[in-house]
Amino acid sequence: MATPFRKILKTKDFVVTAEAAPEKGSNVSKAIEHIELLKDKVDGLNVTDNQSSVMRYPSLGVCLLIKEHGGEPILQVTCRDRNRLAIQADLLFAYSRGVDNVLCLTGDSIDVGDHKEAKQVFDLDSVQLIHLVHTLNSGKDMAGNELDGGIDFCIGTTATPSADPLEPQLIKVEKKLKAGVNFIQTQAVYELDELKRFTEFVRTVDGEVKILAGIVPVIGAKMAMYMNDNVPGVFVPQHLIDELAQAQKGTGVAKGIEIAALMIRQIREEKVCDGVHIMFIGREERVPELLEASGLL
Amino acid sequence: MIIAERKPMEEIRQMIAPYKKLLLAGCATCVAVCWAGGEKEVGILASQLRLDQSKGRKKISVLEATVERQCEKEMVEELRDKVQEVDAVLSLACGSGVQTMAEMFEDKPVFPAVNTTFIGMPEREGLWVEMCGACGDCFLDRTGGICPIVRCAKGLLNGPCGGMRKGGKCEIDPEKDCAWVLIYRRLEKQGRLDLMREYYPPKNYRAVKRPGRIQAAKA
Repeated sequence: MATPFRKILKTKDFVVTAEAAPEKGSNVSKAIEHIELLKDKVDGLNVTDNQSSVMRYPSLGVCLLIKEHGGEPILQVTCRDRNRLAIQADLLFAYSRGVDNVLCLTGDSIDVGDHKEAKQVFDLDSVQLIHLVHTLNSGKDMAGNELDGGIDFCIGTTATPSADPLEPQLIKVEKKLKAGVNFIQTQAVYELDELKRFTEFVRTVDGEVKILAGIVPVIGAKMAMYMNDNVPGVFVPQHLIDELAQAQKGTGVAKGIEIAALMIRQIREEKVCDGVHIMFIGREERVPELLEASGLL
Repeated sequence: MIIAERKPMEEIRQMIAPYKKLLLAGCATCVAVCWAGGEKEVGILASQLRLDQSKGRKKISVLEATVERQCEKEMVEELRDKVQEVDAVLSLACGSGVQTMAEMFEDKPVFPAVNTTFIGMPEREGLWVEMCGACGDCFLDRTGGICPIVRCAKGLLNGPCGGMRKGGKCEIDPEKDCAWVLIYRRLEKQGRLDLMREYYPPKNYRAVKRPGRIQAAKA
């Protein structure tokens, strides 16, 4: 049995989470492979919720698989596809089956995904979603009705430390912190200074919340440029793109791991924040290599 | 005002295909200002349909008329004689005008020649932008007069999403400004940023019971 994530947050010096992206289709063998590979190497496994607005196997489905295989799941919930009734129902379902960590996100726009004509919901935003989880945690639903069997979620959210302009983002982060969160998993960061500036701000508002820096290894200049243009909230700096462009053919993944590992080591050594959240999209099988290179295995 | 766009010609041709005598009915209010369905646009569409027949497509006769407001029954009444002369009406008004026309003349098919798109304003010559979602629960007092319900691509109430592009542009379109960056700048200019720091609870999306119906209080 995995240690509950909320306990890990209180006790561990450097917390490591990774992302498990569900597949498109009902075949969960690859998800199980990734769970088996990672569950004992990280403290929690996030499962994305129709990531990038692309329809996939549900977050809750993979979270249940993680539970079954002895890992610690973190359920990602976006506001894009479900209204307040559906979100509350899903949270009750998740909790009743032992999934008790939730990451509250806005969600990407329908426009960036593969069902571009769908009706997007956004009945709630991410700050309201955090309040909603607290309301459920208190034993009531959003309409004020008593729950027969409540919930008790460990609550996380996201932030974009490299946003430009940053101030409007920080106002929102402050609202999230005041709503009450146990942890923040940031969007990908590539500049240590940006991360430092962000954690300093968070500490002025909340001294308790754990901050896990988002690590998305980039494995080539082309991928970096693609991400800058197409992945909302990700900004790979030009000096990294140049460094990747100079890497020898066929060494992209190794180079990406080397750059990410250096960043993780710096974060840990300088105690910039409380841990890292690794999103090695589509290359989950290389996460152990990154952990090893970062001195985390 | 209400903004609309002319439908593609091919779609219009398909709608009116079974009919020989048509009334093209314009509206001189909103859709005239946004170049979609005023007297001028009625004339252009009529010419295009007439040109079609000179190119060998089937023979049709086209009448033209534009009323001040097609969403008012009294004004649509002015068209009664013309409507009786035709097989079908092609309305260039907004959806409300098309439906008023259809309700007034129940025995005639009435077709929309435009797509009604949003409530907005002209930003510059020939460019109209959405401004209001007619949500029935106006929030503009808290956002420096900038509506996050429609001007934010996700209708967020508590600040920008994490997908904002560099320079404060929207996740879905680098041409569009992030509404929350605009709100931030406006409130900062006015020394009212505290409004942005406030928490706004989930919106009442049922402020207007759909379909909307408002009865004026007796004067």
